[in-house]
Amino acid sequence: MNTPAAPNPARGAAAGHGAAAGHGAARGRITAVTSGKGGVGKTFLSANLAAALAARGDRVLVLDADLGLANLDVVLNLEPKLTLHDVFTNRCTLDQAILEAPGGFSVLLAGSGLVEYSRLTPDVREQLERVIRTVAPRFDRILLDTGAGISDVVLYAVSLADEVLVLATPEPTSMTDAYATIKVLATQQRRRAIRLVVNQVSQAGEGRAIRNQLQLVIDRFVVPQVEATGEPLVLDFLGEIPTDANVRETVQKRRLLLEAMPGTAAAQAIVGIAERLAR
Amino acid sequence: MRAKTDSPTAGSGSSLRLGTALLLLQQAGHVWPAGVQAGSVAWLQSAIDGLCELSSRDALTGLANRRQFELTLASEIDRVARTGEPALVLMVDIDHFKAINDAHGHPAGDLVLKAIAQVLGDCIRPMDTVARFGGEEFAVILPNCPPLFGQAVAERIRLKIQERSVSIGGGMEVCVTVSLGGAHAPQWVRSSPTLWVERADQQLYRAKSEGRNRACLEQPPSSLVSPEEKGLLFGTSRFQDLT
Repeated sequence: MNTPAAPNPARGAAAGHGAAAGHGAARGRITAVTSGKGGVGKTFLSANLAAALAARGDRVLVLDADLGLANLDVVLNLEPKLTLHDVFTNRCTLDQAILEAPGGFSVLLAGSGLVEYSRLTPDVREQLERVIRTVAPRFDRILLDTGAGISDVVLYAVSLADEVLVLATPEPTSMTDAYATIKVLATQQRRRAIRLVVNQVSQAGEGRAIRNQLQLVIDRFVVPQVEATGEPLVLDFLGEIPTDANVRETVQKRRLLLEAMPGTAAAQAIVGIAERLAR
Repeated sequence: MRAKTDSPTAGSGSSLRLGTALLLLQQAGHVWPAGVQAGSVAWLQSAIDGLCELSSRDALTGLANRRQFELTLASEIDRVARTGEPALVLMVDIDHFKAINDAHGHPAGDLVLKAIAQVLGDCIRPMDTVARFGGEEFAVILPNCPPLFGQAVAERIRLKIQERSVSIGGGMEVCVTVSLGGAHAPQWVRSSPTLWVERADQQLYRAKSEGRNRACLEQPPSSLVSPEEKGLLFGTSRFQDLT
């Protein structure tokens, strides 16, 4: 037997998730936004959700955790000179890389096309954890905008969060990928409360119906794999965002929907989602 | 050298009360370093080391105790998060242990626990940790243990224990079996000790409910969606409550 290792202060006795950011000290709640399928509006939701939370008075940071292929800068029409890559390589301080985004929140951008981060080296993992641990006490809410798929990088980024928000659309492929994501997170990370947002719905109530259908399949196929312990596995429906021509228009113009067209149905839906998330 | 247990003095003399500590060390057979003066810093260090060792071991089996297990597990979690190496936790529970206590008495039960502890110690590598988790439940931490090796080591433990007969005095021998549950630390993912043990425990529960004397290891998470799952996802009319 070796001499006992010093206990890591970053780990609470009954730590479930969000272990990277440390326990005890006051810090922001970390929410990972993920989807399985790409192109369903993850970054669009992260940015506009951040604006809605900021409008409620929260200090919000969106961290582009899609390290290999990030595009938060594109959505926000920012031309960052400094990114996470510069922080990781000690070319700038963390503070220098935290930028103010339109919408009243802060962003940490990853910079697009950094192929070296598409694989998770121990160094990248440590750097990312360090960054999150450092910024967490300064914000009320941190949104981790993850990449598409269920890769190592995505699962790792999600594992650093206190809670997960899964985004899906009514498209069968998106629903299938959202389900696969939920299944992996429930079995591998023992996620219990998973939040769901349904984007691009064409009919009011469609989002709730999709949530119920996903829950049905989860109860039948996933719950038997993870049962017998703790809380039930429940999909917490945060809301649906209607298909809205204004969304396409603002995205094309690279503007925040909540800033450019705050009165639209889609913008109001996101405000509602932010309210339920903050509860 | 044997330390005095009556009036030890360390540094500031009578202010340290070491009587109980020295009795415990003596009972545990603590070996004092040669040529060290009682009361010196080196002597005190040896006493502290001895007490640390004592407080990290299970008194009956000599294995790591629950406290030591949790410390090792926590540092292993950190290592896995950093290196991405596969690491396995096995929970080992003696089948129908209560029946042995009931039939042959607790001293016999203690002999069984010691024998199982010994078999477990023989089945593992020096880098592994075997602990008494509580009651008749043991836990093994196996760093750098790929999935195929994990299944093999769990099976080896199960067979070795099944083959072992334990002498419980009076010319009597008993045989016991164990159920094992195992889970790998999720690679590349920041997990927690609580979650890891919970997952291994769940597999132990599965081994018990599938008939005992078997090893169940958690299968790697699959992101595949089966035709049955897709059928349920899309088969029924999901818009029925809209119309």
